[in-house]
Amino acid sequence: MNITQNYFQMFGLEPAFDLNDDSLAELSSKYRELQKEVHPDRFANAPEQERRVSVQYAAIINEAYSVLMSPLKRARYVLELKGVAFNEQNITIDEPTFLMEQVELRESLANVRGQTEPESELLALAEQVEQKIQQLNRAFALDYQQGNLDSAKKSVLKMQFMDKISKEIDMLEEELFD
Amino acid sequence: MALLQISEPGQSPAPHQRRHAVGIDLGTTNSIVATVKGAMVEALPDVDGQCLLPSVVRYLPNKEVVVGTLAKQAAAEDPANTIISVKRIMGRGKEDIDYIGNQLPYDFIGEDGQMPKIRTVAGDKSPVEISATILNSLVNRAELSLGAQLDGAVITVPAYFDEAQREATKTAAQLAGINVLRLLNEPTAAAVAYGLDEGEEGIIAVFDLGGGTFDISILELSAGVFEVLATGGDSALGGDDFDRLIAQWIMQQAGIIDSNLSRQQVRELMQTACSVKEKLSDSDSVDISFENWQGVLSRDLLNTIVDPLIERALRSCRRAVRDAKLELDQVKNVVMVGGSTRVPRVRTRVGEYFKTTPLVHIDPDRVVAIGAAIQADVLIGNKPDTEMLLLDVIPLSLGIETMGGLVEKIVPRNTTIPVAKAQEFTTYKDGQVAMAIHVLQGERELVSDCRSLARFELRGIPAMVAGAAHIRVTFQIDADGLLQVTAKETSSGVEASVEVKPSYGLSDDDIASMLADSFDHASEDKQARVLQEKRVELDRVLESINTALAADGDKLLTTEERAEIDQAMAALVSLRSAEEPKLIDAGIEKFMAVSEDYAMRRMDVAIKDALQGRSIDEV
Repeated sequence: MNITQNYFQMFGLEPAFDLNDDSLAELSSKYRELQKEVHPDRFANAPEQERRVSVQYAAIINEAYSVLMSPLKRARYVLELKGVAFNEQNITIDEPTFLMEQVELRESLANVRGQTEPESELLALAEQVEQKIQQLNRAFALDYQQGNLDSAKKSVLKMQFMDKISKEIDMLEEELFD
Repeated sequence: MALLQISEPGQSPAPHQRRHAVGIDLGTTNSIVATVKGAMVEALPDVDGQCLLPSVVRYLPNKEVVVGTLAKQAAAEDPANTIISVKRIMGRGKEDIDYIGNQLPYDFIGEDGQMPKIRTVAGDKSPVEISATILNSLVNRAELSLGAQLDGAVITVPAYFDEAQREATKTAAQLAGINVLRLLNEPTAAAVAYGLDEGEEGIIAVFDLGGGTFDISILELSAGVFEVLATGGDSALGGDDFDRLIAQWIMQQAGIIDSNLSRQQVRELMQTACSVKEKLSDSDSVDISFENWQGVLSRDLLNTIVDPLIERALRSCRRAVRDAKLELDQVKNVVMVGGSTRVPRVRTRVGEYFKTTPLVHIDPDRVVAIGAAIQADVLIGNKPDTEMLLLDVIPLSLGIETMGGLVEKIVPRNTTIPVAKAQEFTTYKDGQVAMAIHVLQGERELVSDCRSLARFELRGIPAMVAGAAHIRVTFQIDADGLLQVTAKETSSGVEASVEVKPSYGLSDDDIASMLADSFDHASEDKQARVLQEKRVELDRVLESINTALAADGDKLLTTEERAEIDQAMAALVSLRSAEEPKLIDAGIEKFMAVSEDYAMRRMDVAIKDALQGRSIDEV
């Protein structure tokens, strides 16, 4: 069945981590075309069964699209396609430098509240995290290309840590300024 | 001899009979119903030619119910039995409601944490029932104007409405006997009205400030698809709050202490405040008199008074733009929706913020109903060849409670719907055989800061050591934004599920008893209606399978599969004369099971063709 193919095939693409702007635009346009066919709005008048199938398909396509559009989720997904397993329960990274960096970032985040200009502090921190994420993306792309899956997996785990901090920055920003 | 008729290429030779569908904007202050007539979209007027129906319901001692303008006129004279702004309490608890004065505007009954009811001379009324009464009035108006029964309606809700508020709205529509085609977010509806009108492409923002709610949605328009990228807002910010601040200013100036005001005076004061606000949209200052006090309010001062509210709205805009992962200058146009965007200060500040002159040329009171009518026309099947598609999101994150009173988010806000997401959890004690699932909505980390939606228990987990069980919790959100949660222990297959019935909703029993009440005198009628509906559904199933088989039955089915479906169809046809709705239901269910695989194969083909750039009609 078509829908159980991998997310890339679902959109008529070859599995890849590096998607340039053109590929992303193509992905978006295919996504819209697919939803025009399967979305529940196209079946509002159809019998119950077709409506159910439509909701399932639309949900899978939405999920596929959101995975492929996010570098972190896409990185993880291309590794899973290569058979790399992720164990959610105990994610550990035994790299002292990375752990130190995490501790420092968290300390800076915790200190933002007390600063005289929390907004610019937070912005600077957000930029710092964003740069690190970009670095990790590049490192991942290289490892993935060269088939260093273990090392690529480590990058994904690090990206997850960074993503978590990035979300916490957003939450603090909302809490302080929205 | 009569000429033979030949249809245009691409059009179906036997044109589908036009069905009657409307869009309903169930507003805090006013409600409105609109429909597509030919190439036009029209708001439908009442017998006096009025399109806006004030969302006010008055209950009289003789059990008579008055809706709209007449009820509104009695708001000050009979405050306890005249319910205004009921939308603000939909899906809400007593403790959520803001008031002016030290007293509640009505006699609320019900415990904290339960859906409140309002005590009136005609009995205790829930917000859901009151809303159903307003909807009923609009449906009657529409059926009178169209000269036909309605086949369905799209009902709009603020994008920022949470699960409880959406459920409450859908229940109200069901109570009013409406076939709800879709709950549609108000800003998305407005975007449709503007987008189709202007043939617009690119990023737009919809700034929707109504009587009691504020929404901001950021959409990308492309090739007929309206894709919501992010939405935000405040389901308790609107024109009512402007009025309340003006009323407070008047009290301060007049040296009035609110506890001295009667309910009636509070209503009068709020009406004065509202009319001052409206007048200041056209004049620079307004003379006010309230009780023995007289004074003047200038527009400049009004601006200062309402600025904090506008700033609250702009902060939501900032967040929505950020959530959409855009920069402000990528937003090409801002569409203004809702009566409160008539306040000049709102337009100015929004224009300054987005650095573009806001679009106001479609009547901000009607634009939502117009967009909803267009979508209703599509959903009911009157526009089979349309390219238009709306892709919407959930406004608030959904999650469940984990150890330590923390919320684990399962579906983050601004996720496109429909969506299904699953996450695994485990037990924390040895031999734990049950797990309590507490479903929450909101952005904060602590359970106490989020809205509780539902609780249920998964029982019968086989006893294992702590951490060994795999409990898979699945959140499914449909295209109306309504949630269903399932929990399953994957090693044993034990399952429990709940359709989220929010704490402030009506229970199924409540709804059943209300429906029973309304059909009391006509229970035979009801029987006949149910049977009729089932027969229509049966015909629909047959029509749909016939169309499908004609299109690709030979291609997609083996001879045996085809024979099986034909046999099931014959069984279904024989049920047409059945007198028992349950028999028909069972027959349809059986047929569905036989044809399910075929339905999925057809969907796969549609997908494959879409990828190759062909539309399904060309195949």
